[in-house]
Amino acid sequence: MDYIKTGAFYLLVAVIVLFSIFPFYYAILTSLKTGTAIFSINYLPRDVDWGNYVSVLTGRTFLRNLVNSIFIATTTVVFALFLAVTASYALARVRFRGRGLLLMTILAVSMFPQIAVLAGLFELVRWLGLYNTPWALILSYTIFTLPFTVWVLTTFMRDLPVEIEEAAIVDGATPWVIISKVFLPLLWPALVTTGLLAFIGAWNEFLFALTFTSSEVQRTVPVGIALLSGASQQEIPWGPIMAASVIVTVPLIVLVLIFQRKIVAGLTAGGVKG
Amino acid sequence: MTDTTVSTARSRSASAGAGLSLQQQRQRAAFWFIAPMVTALFCVAAWPLMRTIYFSLTDTTLSNLYGGKFIGFDNYLSWRTLESGRTVYKGTLVDPAWWNAVWNTVRFSLVSVTIETTLGMIVALVLNAEFKGRGFVRAAILVPWAIPTIVSAKMWAWMLNDQFGIINDMLLKLGIISEKIAWTANIDTAMFAVLIVDIWKTTPFMALLCLAGLQMIPRDIYEAAKIDGVHPVKVFFKITLPLVRPALMVAVIFRILDALRIFDLVYVLTPNSKATKTMSVISRENLIDFDKFAYGSAQSTLLFAIIAVFVALYIWIGKVDLSGDGGK
Repeated sequence: MDYIKTGAFYLLVAVIVLFSIFPFYYAILTSLKTGTAIFSINYLPRDVDWGNYVSVLTGRTFLRNLVNSIFIATTTVVFALFLAVTASYALARVRFRGRGLLLMTILAVSMFPQIAVLAGLFELVRWLGLYNTPWALILSYTIFTLPFTVWVLTTFMRDLPVEIEEAAIVDGATPWVIISKVFLPLLWPALVTTGLLAFIGAWNEFLFALTFTSSEVQRTVPVGIALLSGASQQEIPWGPIMAASVIVTVPLIVLVLIFQRKIVAGLTAGGVKG
Repeated sequence: MTDTTVSTARSRSASAGAGLSLQQQRQRAAFWFIAPMVTALFCVAAWPLMRTIYFSLTDTTLSNLYGGKFIGFDNYLSWRTLESGRTVYKGTLVDPAWWNAVWNTVRFSLVSVTIETTLGMIVALVLNAEFKGRGFVRAAILVPWAIPTIVSAKMWAWMLNDQFGIINDMLLKLGIISEKIAWTANIDTAMFAVLIVDIWKTTPFMALLCLAGLQMIPRDIYEAAKIDGVHPVKVFFKITLPLVRPALMVAVIFRILDALRIFDLVYVLTPNSKATKTMSVISRENLIDFDKFAYGSAQSTLLFAIIAVFVALYIWIGKVDLSGDGGK
């Protein structure tokens, strides 16, 4: 009886792991096949052909799109963290009227449907002359990175002990000194986690990236992959698409696996802190 | 930043004369700390939202953003009585394409969130048990979560390909289907395809949130139940579920919010399929592709209103701690 139970349990575990990993495994498998080999189905790797990777990396736009994505996501995260650290200190540590309302507004904004601001942002981006530049995306990504970082950092700072701050106040430290000298060193783990989650959010964003760019070289990676087309309209270049997908996903998976525990903590702080 | 230091320095020198308390001084600094963030959010969230709502009350087009006239609620609903006495209605609220999108979105959200919550709970229960290789399994379920939505849409589009897809191959070999199915193109299976991909991608997130809830339950409750000889199934429904319910409710609403605004997966996996077109997809189509900017604005405003109701619900049910006193 116990054998059956343990067996069933491990079978369930195996199904979960297989279901999670198989699609990505199959993408890698496909990315290593070129020509007609792509259309023959095999479950285990046969020959390894790097042709798709070569064609994607030497193609006209993919590397450029990759650079765009890295630049946009990094700038967005730095900008959001910079604004969020000071704001969340004030929100977590200073009592003032309207604090609850402000926090509620920030939480509400983080759940905004992006489509609701698309028309207004489109006008703003056009008016500022940012259409089809990376700055249009950096500006618009602030709508989801900033509330998220502020919210998570606020919950994190609230849990830090009051004593360290009191000691600093007694020593006559100004609020700015308290943030930069007392809190920042303690905040590093939280900054890394929220920064990483915000980075992933900006890296994966599609709606704004699709709408606010028009030329191939200005696209980010998700848009590039979604609109990657072959020689003819009918023919979808599955090999290069899979190669590009693997290239942009592997760094993310590595990062996520390294920071697993912290990410889980960050997600729970952002999602369910009740 | 210099501004801040200057202002605090000034307030401190003032405190000698005007008698500003430490609390007042801190509040003044807090204002300058928060102001840039609020300004940024106003520019990218509040202002564009107001403009969207305004556009929805005009007849603006994409090619002429500033040439729109105010036309009231005509984009939502307008009617005209013909000479024959028949009344003709126009606007989003009587547009069958819009209601089709609403129905698709609601159906997608309900089904996906229900399945994701159930599966997420099962995975969380597995991960909450102690067994060899638990760390590996937890790492494995993070993989779908880490993959960008567009990439997962493309990956699954290839796997679900009608001619060369591995899913059809598997099902044929297992004898479950007798002929190849065009999963994403066929109107009957397109929604099914979207659901599979979304469930694959989002179940890990639900599992992690459920797991966080499960780990807050003290172990001795289970031990007590074990000593009393309570059946594990009864333990789950009588002890585990009631205790994780608050965390679970918040996670579910969080997911519903996400599901209601789904765009990228549908757009890439099943382009132009009537069976899967959601509210976000149809709004963007009108806004950008069809040059019906104002009409699309009206539709996105409606979506905003629906989601606003759920956000209010989230804040209310989640009893989110806004006081800052940590009084939980």
